[in-house]
Amino acid sequence: MITADDIATARSEPVLDSRASVVAVNNLQKAFGTHRVLNGITLSVNRGETLAVLGRSGTGKSVLLRLIIGLEKPDAGSIFIHGQNIVGLALDRMGEIRKKMGFLFQHAALYDSLTVAENVAFPLVHHRKNISKTERADRVKQLLTEVGMEGNLDKMPSDISGGMQKRVGLARALALEPEILLLDEPTAGLDPISSGEIDELILKLQRERHMASIVVTHDLHSAKTIANCLALLDQGNVVIEGAFEDLQNSDIKFVKDFLKQS
Amino acid sequence: MSGGAANSVKAIHPPILERRTELMPSVADPVTTLVNGFFEWFGSLSIFFWKVIRAAATPPYEWRELIRQLDEVGSKSFPLIALAGAAIGVVISMEARYSLTRFGAKSMFPATLVYSVIQVMGPIITGLIVSGRVGAGIGAELASMKVSEQIDAIEASAINPYRLLAATRILACVLMLPLLTIAADAAGLLTGWFAQSLVEPLSFHQFIESGFQGATFNAFLPQTFKTAIYGLIIGTIACFLGMRTRGGAEGVGRAATNSVVIASLFVILADVVLVKFILVVFP
Repeated sequence: MITADDIATARSEPVLDSRASVVAVNNLQKAFGTHRVLNGITLSVNRGETLAVLGRSGTGKSVLLRLIIGLEKPDAGSIFIHGQNIVGLALDRMGEIRKKMGFLFQHAALYDSLTVAENVAFPLVHHRKNISKTERADRVKQLLTEVGMEGNLDKMPSDISGGMQKRVGLARALALEPEILLLDEPTAGLDPISSGEIDELILKLQRERHMASIVVTHDLHSAKTIANCLALLDQGNVVIEGAFEDLQNSDIKFVKDFLKQS
Repeated sequence: MSGGAANSVKAIHPPILERRTELMPSVADPVTTLVNGFFEWFGSLSIFFWKVIRAAATPPYEWRELIRQLDEVGSKSFPLIALAGAAIGVVISMEARYSLTRFGAKSMFPATLVYSVIQVMGPIITGLIVSGRVGAGIGAELASMKVSEQIDAIEASAINPYRLLAATRILACVLMLPLLTIAADAAGLLTGWFAQSLVEPLSFHQFIESGFQGATFNAFLPQTFKTAIYGLIIGTIACFLGMRTRGGAEGVGRAATNSVVIASLFVILADVVLVKFILVVFP
C-alpha cells in the first residue's frame, strides 16, 4: 500500500530509479505560450504495469503522452524510456525508441486513404521489410482478429464506427509488438457497451503481452478496471498517485470532489 | 466658467506631442508584429526545408511513395498542362501572325512562335498551373492529415514524416515540372502550327526547320529546366503550409488557398530572377 508520505516523497524528489523503470518522467514541465500545462510531473511505470492518468479536461494528460512519445518537447525535466533520456533526441534516433512504443490516439487517427488492413500493415511495411507479403497479411489478420475486427479488412476508416476505429487504431499500435503502450482516451465518445469491450480488450492484451501501459482517461470506471495505479492531475501537478483504494481513502478535497463527480 | 471650459478642452485634446506618444505603440505594434511574423515565417520555412533535405539524404528511401507522387504530380497533371499549352499556342499564333504581318515580318512567324512558347510561356504557364493543381492538392491533403493527427500517427509509428510526406512530394515536383513543361511546349507548338496552317498552309517539317534554325541548346534547355526550381518552390511551400496547419476545416481551406497563392507568387518572382540569371550564365 502506498502511503501519503510515499506519494509526497515521490512528488518532491526526482525519481531515483528512473533508469530501472520502463517509462519514467522526472520533473516534467511544459507550457504553451503563457499557459503552463505541466508543472513538474514525476511518474514512472514498470513492465506489466498500467498507469491511468486522470484529471479534468485541459490538465495536460494528453500532453503528457505526446511528450513521452516525443511529439512535443518539454520545457524542462527528463523522460526516460528503458533508462535512456529521450529529451532532445534527433528524429531518426527517436524513431528507434518509438518502435518499442504503441500509441492509440484519442480519435484513432487512422490514415483515411488506406483500408483497415492497410492501416494496420503500415508500420509493418516500413519496419518489417524482411517479411513476405503473405506473412504480413497473416500478421495483419491476426492483429485484427485480436481486436475483433477480422471481418472489416477492406473497409475504409470512414465506413466504420468510432469504437471500431479505436480497435483498428489499437491493432495498428500493437503491430510492432511494443513494450510500451500509450492510450489516449481509449473509451472517450463510446457507448458503455463499446467502452466495456475496449476495457476488456486492453486487459486481455496486458495479460498476454505484459506491456507497460499509460492510459489517459476521464473515465474513472475504465481506469479502475484496467489500471494497477492511478495518478490524478490538476493544474499540471500530480495531486495523488496510487491504487484506486488510495484515492478513495484520500482526504484531499480535489480527489474527493473528482471521485464524487465521476 | 470659461476657465473650466478651457480646462476640459485641454483634457480632451492633449498637446500633439503627447497624443503622438500615446499613438506610437498602437502604430508600432502591428509593424513590429508584421516584421516579426515575416522573419518567423521564413525562419520556420528554412528549418522545415533543412529537415526535409536531411531526411531525404538519409536512408531508408521511400521509393514507393515517390513513384506514387510522380504519378500524382506528373501523369495526372499532364492533360491539364497539355490543354493549357495548346491554348497558349493558338493564342500566340494568332497574336504573332497579326503583329508580324503588320510589320512585314511574316517569315519570322515560326521562330517567334517557337521562342515565345519554349522560352517564355511554356515554363511559366506550367509553373502556375502546377501551383494551382498540385500546390492546392498537397496543401489540402497534408493539412487534412495534420488536423486529424495522421501526421502525428506517422511520426508515432517511427516513420519520419519529412521523409515520407514532404521529401517525396517535393522531389516529384522537381522531377516532373521540366517534363510537364516539355509537354506544354510540344502542345503549344503543335496547335500554334495548326492554327497558322488553317490560315496559310505551312508544312510541319518546314515550320520546325524554320523555327529552330540557328537555335542552340542554351536557348531552350535552361529555360525548360529552370522549372525544376519552380517545382522545388511549389512542393516546399505546399508541404510546409500543409504540415504546419492548425484549426480544423478552416485551417485546411486556408492551407490550400495559401499554398496556391504563395507558390504562384514565388514562381513569378523566381521567374524574374531566373530569366536574368540564365541570360547572364547562358548568353
